[in-house]
Amino acid sequence: MKHSRAFLAAAAISGMLVLVSACGSGGSGSTTSANTKPLTLMFGSSGPAETKAVNSAAAAFTKQSGIHVKVIAASNLSQQLSQGFAAGHPPDVFYLDPGSFQNYAKDNALDPYAASLPNAKDFYPALRQAFTYKGQFICAPKDASTLALYINTTDWSQAGLTSADIPTNWSQLQAVAKKLTTSGRVGLVLDQSHSEMDEFLYQNGGTVVAPNGSVNVDTPQNVAALTFLKGMLTSGTLKFPSAMSSSWSGQAFGENKAAMDIVGNWMVGALQADYPSIKYQVATIPTGPSGTAATLSFTNCWGIPKSSANLTGAVDFVKFLTSPTQQMKFAKGFGVIPSLQTLQGQWDSTFPNLAVHTKELSYAHPDVALPNDSQALSAWDSALAQLATGNPATILQTAQTNLAPLASTTG
Amino acid sequence: MATEQLELPAERRVPGTPGTRRRGHRARRREAVAGWLFTAPAIVALIVFLVVPIIMAAWVSISDWSGIGGPFSSGVHSVGAANYAALLTRPGLAQQQLGLSIRDNLYYVLFVVPLQTVLALLLAIVVSRKALRGRGFFRTAFYFPSVTSSVAVSMIFLFLFADSGVINGALGYLGVHGPNWFSDPNGLLQMIAHGLGIGAPSALTHHGLLGVPWSQWLAGPSVAMCTLIVLAIWTTSGTFMLLFLPALYNISEQIEEAAIVDGAGPWTRFRRITLPLIRPALFLVLTLGLIGTWQVFDQVFLITQGNPVNTTLTPAYLAYQTSFGNAQWGQGAAIAFILFGIIVVFTVVQRLILRERGSLTKALGQSARFRHARGDGGWPQ
Repeated sequence: MKHSRAFLAAAAISGMLVLVSACGSGGSGSTTSANTKPLTLMFGSSGPAETKAVNSAAAAFTKQSGIHVKVIAASNLSQQLSQGFAAGHPPDVFYLDPGSFQNYAKDNALDPYAASLPNAKDFYPALRQAFTYKGQFICAPKDASTLALYINTTDWSQAGLTSADIPTNWSQLQAVAKKLTTSGRVGLVLDQSHSEMDEFLYQNGGTVVAPNGSVNVDTPQNVAALTFLKGMLTSGTLKFPSAMSSSWSGQAFGENKAAMDIVGNWMVGALQADYPSIKYQVATIPTGPSGTAATLSFTNCWGIPKSSANLTGAVDFVKFLTSPTQQMKFAKGFGVIPSLQTLQGQWDSTFPNLAVHTKELSYAHPDVALPNDSQALSAWDSALAQLATGNPATILQTAQTNLAPLASTTG
Repeated sequence: MATEQLELPAERRVPGTPGTRRRGHRARRREAVAGWLFTAPAIVALIVFLVVPIIMAAWVSISDWSGIGGPFSSGVHSVGAANYAALLTRPGLAQQQLGLSIRDNLYYVLFVVPLQTVLALLLAIVVSRKALRGRGFFRTAFYFPSVTSSVAVSMIFLFLFADSGVINGALGYLGVHGPNWFSDPNGLLQMIAHGLGIGAPSALTHHGLLGVPWSQWLAGPSVAMCTLIVLAIWTTSGTFMLLFLPALYNISEQIEEAAIVDGAGPWTRFRRITLPLIRPALFLVLTLGLIGTWQVFDQVFLITQGNPVNTTLTPAYLAYQTSFGNAQWGQGAAIAFILFGIIVVFTVVQRLILRERGSLTKALGQSARFRHARGDGGWPQ
């Protein structure tokens, strides 16, 4: 009896140790040839339409190449990616935002495949710039978004405005915002974030991150731009969504607490889903006082880790995903703008009301992204949220102090 | 086993009873081996899931690990105390964020711990009253928030405190314009001072600690933080009520009756009898409350993410944000260890305070003696 008891205990322990070591090794060692080795794709979905489109794209690739693709819709993409990289088994292909891109590129964890793509030169320059690290174009932008001016046409005509009044510069923007402001509604809403306010800095001839990669946010042009926005805030013609108890500017626009909103094309889906009764028009973003046209662009890329077990298969998969045919399928599937310049005509004729967004891509600046930037950027956003009572020069000085050390590490 | 028997010194064998002692020794040894074998799975689990992660975290906090590959891989180097220095001594964003997170959490602790303890004790006293009908129902009702998932509770609070939510609806009914709960960064004390017409003197705005000026340290919990405080009090009071209940049931009726005969009123009885006798439970509740409130994470993660203007940032959430958001794993782990230090300091200080007062130790001894004399305390039916 005693023997068997001791034996059982020993067996239990050794069993546990085996389990533990098995967890550690993570099951590698398959010896299939590189061309059929299965791939893993991880993405963060905006909804069922995107999930369906990505799944059918993966199925189409499997049919064409024979490589099986396991598609994982991440609930928290950046966290799940971190876990994959820390464990040494990141997915073979994944969505990657420009901020995380900077972190992984800095650590040399990404495969720089993008320059070798057949359509590498066809991606919009602003999108290429977002995924270029130390002069090297690393991963392929999967789609594009830009900020444009969304106008509630019902409010517009009620205020006695016509299509001739659509603002093309700051003073006109200010004037129509004043006309559109009523007791229960503000003329213009902007998200209290650098991602929806930096375009004003660029329009005024300023910059956030200079083309050479250095941070140059504390300039007189930028102070003037923020002072302009502060003026609109204090006069009550511009409000942040939180002041109208909205979680984001689109909600304020959708609930008609604001007549105009400078926002990206993700707005279209939100209006369709949540506020279908709102009648609106998309206008080109106004230019600065000296006529400088500028907007911000947003994008994600298809990241491939250096450590992928099937690098050639992964690159082939991304080639397939970024091909013109597949990009138009994504565009029709869930409304994203293709990242290729040659598709612009096709997109514009399919979605004429959104052609403004693609037209703006020629003068767009990528939203700021630096390695390890999330805290510095959220501190900047916190300061911008207090712009109505804050000092524009101080806000920009602090942003410069916080962001500059991050950029110098880019070299 | 056989060799061990042979090694036993001959002179230690007791004549006349050969083997008894040996057998006892052998049995004890066997028991010890079996004991180790049976506890081994638990010990292995503790080492794998507790000791190793803590060692790894300690290493990460003094390393330049970038999150790629394991923290013990060859490319990871020690950076000494650099991560701690960036947080504690070097002026900059990291230090300021840590300062803000400590400020926010400090106010959270200062409000939640006393209020939840008092409320829990109050509930326990009410529920333990024999005169109360449907005690079981109330016990369950008060305990209910504690067994509800914190995610569900957070969602309910999001709806309650939304701008057009129930709270503001009720306030509007009373003619009060409710604040924008989750996006109001104004501090409670700051607003009171402002209402009284007191402005912050420049000495307070130009000097500070950990990159946060004194005026901000003294601003008090923001309106957004107040909602988290209310949430915490509401959810945890039930749990702590449950800890107070057996302590209250342990107080014998004879003592209460004797006090009544001596002419003690309800308040005197509470202060002189109930409070000293439930002191061990009180100590437990305060300690658990202190540790739990310093570690608050899920409500912040679900409801505010540290916003507005960093007034609901907590060290636990900051550690997560620094690691997963900012990819600064070393600094994130360092924040976790600093938080550990803060909790240890607070717990030790609390112990010392409770110890210093002689009446307390006496009461602790008294109640222990009392329990001893009475046998065991039971849960009355």
